[in-house]
Amino acid sequence: MEGMTVIVKKTTQLIAGIIFLYGIYIILHGHLTPGGGFAGGVILAGSFILLILAFGSDFLNLIREERGSTLYENLAILVFLLLALTGLLAGGKIFFANWLPHGTPGELVSAGFLPLYNIFIGIEVAASILTIFLALVIFKEEILK
Amino acid sequence: MELAISIIVGFMILGAIYAIHARDILSAVIAGGIVGYSLVICFLLLKAPDLAIVQIVVETITLIIMVAVVLDSSRVEAYGKFDRPAWVTAGTAVLILAILFWFLKEASAPLAPFGENSMRMADAYVNGAVEKTGSINLVTGVVFDFRGYDTLGEATVLVTAVLGVLTILRIKGKR
Repeated sequence: MEGMTVIVKKTTQLIAGIIFLYGIYIILHGHLTPGGGFAGGVILAGSFILLILAFGSDFLNLIREERGSTLYENLAILVFLLLALTGLLAGGKIFFANWLPHGTPGELVSAGFLPLYNIFIGIEVAASILTIFLALVIFKEEILK
Repeated sequence: MELAISIIVGFMILGAIYAIHARDILSAVIAGGIVGYSLVICFLLLKAPDLAIVQIVVETITLIIMVAVVLDSSRVEAYGKFDRPAWVTAGTAVLILAILFWFLKEASAPLAPFGENSMRMADAYVNGAVEKTGSINLVTGVVFDFRGYDTLGEATVLVTAVLGVLTILRIKGKR
């Protein structure tokens, strides 16, 4: 896959970082404002997809990227499951028990486990959508060879 | 507001019908995009910004991937020949629909009548969520605390989808 024109490349350079930061903001403020892990994760994956579409597939080492994104996807869902299991061991002996102190509602660090769940679901969604996109691009590159 | 949603839903139905009957696959994909983006406007009108954010980003990425696939393969739809007569297909469809509707009627008979007692669960969620979960955003409180099993299932579905894509699109292992 080849890159696009100079105008698209320059605009992508300016915009991609801002999109990435916006995704992180959506994930971290998931328990305060609309959004959360699913929405923010897809936005994070979108910034990477924008980079690959604009700069072409020679810009990144695609196979290494795919290996990393697969690893992070599976690790994130594993940590999410372990966090849910801690509710079974500690606290009220309930799966998905929110036993951390809740803090003041409205603060950034509050609501116990919910921000942690948001962060790991965000990593998982971003890595899985990026993995699907990278698998399609790598498939096309290998077909064309 | 009902009028606006009705107009948008009618637009979505038109787009879906065009997507089925279009000869060019690229225009069918674009017509499928009409359905998704109209759904975003519906979510915003119904005051569900969480869903609207997810829907607009997922729709954009899906449309990009679908357009790339169509441009790299063929734009002409491959019509197959059916050797079965048409009345057999239509009869089978009507029979299956009748059986499904009968099971739906049997299964929904012991439930509460339509529109009654529907707020019993929602009242507990809406009124006690901030004290129980500590989260101001009610949607996050429901998704990750009250309905944590659902979220675990959704995440598992994503992981399984990625596993399926990686299994199908692997060239080296097939040789």
